[in-house]
Amino acid sequence: MGKRLAMGRMLRSLGAGMSSQLQQYFPVLILLLVVIGFAGGTLAFSVVAGKLGRRTKVKDSPYECGMLPEGEGSARLSVKFYLVALLFVLFDIEVVFMYPWAVTYREMVKEQAGLVLGGMLSFMGILLVGYLYAVKKKAFDWRH
Amino acid sequence: MLEDFLSNPTAQFVLFSTVKIIVVFAVVMTFVAYAVLVERKVSAAIQDRVGPNRTAPPLALKIPFFGKLLQSWGMFQPMADGLKFMLKEDFTPSYVRTIYFWLAPAISVIPAFLTLAVIPFGSQLGGQKMVIADLDVGILYTFGIVSLGVYGIVLAGWASNSKYPFLGGIRASAQMISYEIAMGMSVVAVFLVVGDLNLSRVIEWQAKNGWLIIYQPLAFVIFLVAVFAETNRLPFDLPESETELVGGFHTEYSSMKFALFFLGEYAAMIGASAMMVVLFFGGWSLPFFGTPASTLLGGLLHIGVFLGKMIVLMVVFIWVRWMLPRFRYDQLMDLGWRRFIPLALGNIVVTALVLALVER
Repeated sequence: MGKRLAMGRMLRSLGAGMSSQLQQYFPVLILLLVVIGFAGGTLAFSVVAGKLGRRTKVKDSPYECGMLPEGEGSARLSVKFYLVALLFVLFDIEVVFMYPWAVTYREMVKEQAGLVLGGMLSFMGILLVGYLYAVKKKAFDWRH
Repeated sequence: MLEDFLSNPTAQFVLFSTVKIIVVFAVVMTFVAYAVLVERKVSAAIQDRVGPNRTAPPLALKIPFFGKLLQSWGMFQPMADGLKFMLKEDFTPSYVRTIYFWLAPAISVIPAFLTLAVIPFGSQLGGQKMVIADLDVGILYTFGIVSLGVYGIVLAGWASNSKYPFLGGIRASAQMISYEIAMGMSVVAVFLVVGDLNLSRVIEWQAKNGWLIIYQPLAFVIFLVAVFAETNRLPFDLPESETELVGGFHTEYSSMKFALFFLGEYAAMIGASAMMVVLFFGGWSLPFFGTPASTLLGGLLHIGVFLGKMIVLMVVFIWVRWMLPRFRYDQLMDLGWRRFIPLALGNIVVTALVLALVER
């Protein structure tokens, strides 16, 4: 009897302690645990169940279409990739800023059309200048 | 004790969530397994071949008629494939960066499954909403998780410490982050129209006002192409283009570790198809069948409608793979940065202007 009450109280306090906002994410946590368990489980299982082969010198060398591997494992890469990473950070933040605007737009445009539309247009305008600059500097030109 | 536990709302919430998660997980795994079979059968049909039609356990062949029929459809092939993945040698070469080499397959499969959490795959079943987590931020969660998918591939390429995987990983990261922008921008226009990020409410809106593909065809096209790039499928499979990079980022992987990359790719494809159904094709609703179900049968039918739409989109994925040749890398970057971003931006501006006129 006492145990049952304690259990109920514990669950209730758990429910009250989790705000409804955080509570939404609880199933995500369970799913995360399930998926991690699945990934870890299969990786471990294949070690146990998998066939064991010999470790020969050729088998243990990086795959280069049957030729003997030459040089370092990681080749040098074009500076363009760094450029893409930087531009991604810039534009992705822009996109994130657009979401709250998009959600409230229909409500706000009824009363303050100039403010809500003009605000975003000027924001986009500034970014468009940056975008055109990047195009002009051939940041997206991969042919050369 | 048990009744007391079950009548508690928190306990019910936990219990129902767990049941939904396990069912969704099982269904998605089955879909992944049979998507591979469908892919092989469709490619065979397109190339005028027969496709897998041999594999069958001896017991199944004893069943009159159906045993042979299922064998010729290749229905046992996925099981054989799965078993084989587990029983093959799990070889970790000595030149790799071991910890990351092991982490990478797990990291690439986890985000693919996590994106499924916010997708409403049905209306209601016994008073329960048919979605794992009905998040208010909906699509933002999806984009956050999808971005994590890059890590698995980059890590695999770098940890392999070999040239082909390295190039594949670098290409994949640049490609995925490039198309993420176009993808995110195309969807902004959708949320301008709907005015809510919660995906259940996006579907309710479509049940009332018609499918969003009618309102936002351009957004759909951009989203569709971006999804092909995000899931690394042909015509954008440059990260693993067999003819030049052998297997790309998973060249050095074997056994179950390779299988996890494979699973991740197909799970991502399923998640993307489901997301497109939710965003553009009305989710579980049909034009004449749009109110949330109150009966058990209605609820099940809604889930069936959702799965049907999803399967159609997945067949499109597979079909495109065997119909189009691979893009060149400069064409890919050009399409993403120089065509789609201005198009998506223009789409947002036009949508905003039209809405301003409508709301006046």
